[in-house]
Amino acid sequence: MKRYAYYPGCSTESTAIGLGLSIKAVAGPLGIELEELEDWTCCGSVQYGSLDELEAILVATRNLALAEKKGLDLVTPCSSCFITLTSAGLQLRKNHLLMSQVNEALAVANLEYHGNVPVRHLTEVLASDVTTEVIASNVKYRLNGLKVAPYYGCQLVRPDYGFDDPDFPRSLDRLVESLGAEAIPFPLKSRCCGGTLVIPEEDMALGLIRKLLDNALENGAQCITTPCPLCQINLDAYQSRVNNKFKTHYNLPVLFITQLIGLALGIDAVSLGLNTNIVSPGRVLDDILGAGQEASHGA
Amino acid sequence: MSFVEEVAATHGGENICACIQCGICTGSCPTAGEMEYPPRKIIALIRAGMRGEVLSSSSMWHCLSCYMCTLRCPRDVRPAELAHALKSLASRYNYRIKGTRAPAIYHSFVSSMINNGRVHELGMILRYYLTTNPLVALKIFPVGLKLLLRRRMPLRPHKTSGRRSLARMVKKFREIRGSH
Repeated sequence: MKRYAYYPGCSTESTAIGLGLSIKAVAGPLGIELEELEDWTCCGSVQYGSLDELEAILVATRNLALAEKKGLDLVTPCSSCFITLTSAGLQLRKNHLLMSQVNEALAVANLEYHGNVPVRHLTEVLASDVTTEVIASNVKYRLNGLKVAPYYGCQLVRPDYGFDDPDFPRSLDRLVESLGAEAIPFPLKSRCCGGTLVIPEEDMALGLIRKLLDNALENGAQCITTPCPLCQINLDAYQSRVNNKFKTHYNLPVLFITQLIGLALGIDAVSLGLNTNIVSPGRVLDDILGAGQEASHGA
Repeated sequence: MSFVEEVAATHGGENICACIQCGICTGSCPTAGEMEYPPRKIIALIRAGMRGEVLSSSSMWHCLSCYMCTLRCPRDVRPAELAHALKSLASRYNYRIKGTRAPAIYHSFVSSMINNGRVHELGMILRYYLTTNPLVALKIFPVGLKLLLRRRMPLRPHKTSGRRSLARMVKKFREIRGSH
């Protein structure tokens, strides 16, 4: 078992509960142990940094300090948490005055941070530590013939923290292929879904979401997969809003990559939180279960 | 201190003087069309000292933080981080932003986080609609209901005990910065 400190991020307990559940379900079978930070707090995300750029670094660092006590790499499945925590760590290493001020403030909560926590995205851990070979060797139901659009979103790969190409990344494609599915060409794979602005600027965001759905479909996708909680909710929950606005008929399931992996590992749909997806992934499930039955008949 | 110096002294705005006005930031931006001052132009305005026009503008509030501009900028200006710095300055000096409700969602997010230790989405959204336009909430009610029925919108916040230590740290940090 490889051990990691685990920072789930707020959304894995709510809007992206399917992500939180499916991570817990696949971690054991894939040989990783995720030790959740006790008492973790929100990283602050871009929102905090846009209201107070320095205080934002402090609130993110509280979690880095909790992780440093464990002496393990810190893993998060949320792209926004990933860049917020990574960036806070980098800024503190460059700015010694800020580091000492942050530590003075952390001290009132009996915490300290020395700048030694590697922050890693779960996608990187799956692709680089677990490896696609090990995932492939654990697959029970190969997702043969399933055409999947691998959607990275922005903050998994940008700004460039170095684990994949920031414009045309491949790690998620490789994860999809390790399950036996086909990662279709998806030119907009790292373009923006509209993020949080889907709430105050819905029309603008719906336009971006439509482009992504359209690009996935015209390349033959039967479903989209993403590791990002915000991308998932925008593409999944707002798909009906896109249909209302543009008089379209999209009905494209959007699965978290850990849900897709879980299905291939033979984990049941409820444990993977698939009943929390808005656009029903039924068609994908049927294909897989059908193929599974054929395989057992063959044997 | 001139405005460009003020921006350069703000975390995220450090590299503004390196800009050569090539425009690749605006060309890469998915929301440039929504902005009164797209990234290249806003940098020019900052360097022309137009503080009020820039900080009261809604332009940087349309930034999605997709970091395409930061990736492509040949001079390492980091326009996305610059947008954060500008929003931060506008917030610090209480500029009232017209033409977008984005600042309200940012404030709702941070207040939910500070009150609970973690963001409670339903609380955040309700506060946002109450402080902006409650009628708009009716429009997205079906989306909210679907999320609620699928357990993706818990009614009660998950109040973590970490919120207390977080609040103490923030208070202390403000004292430290105030004394500098």
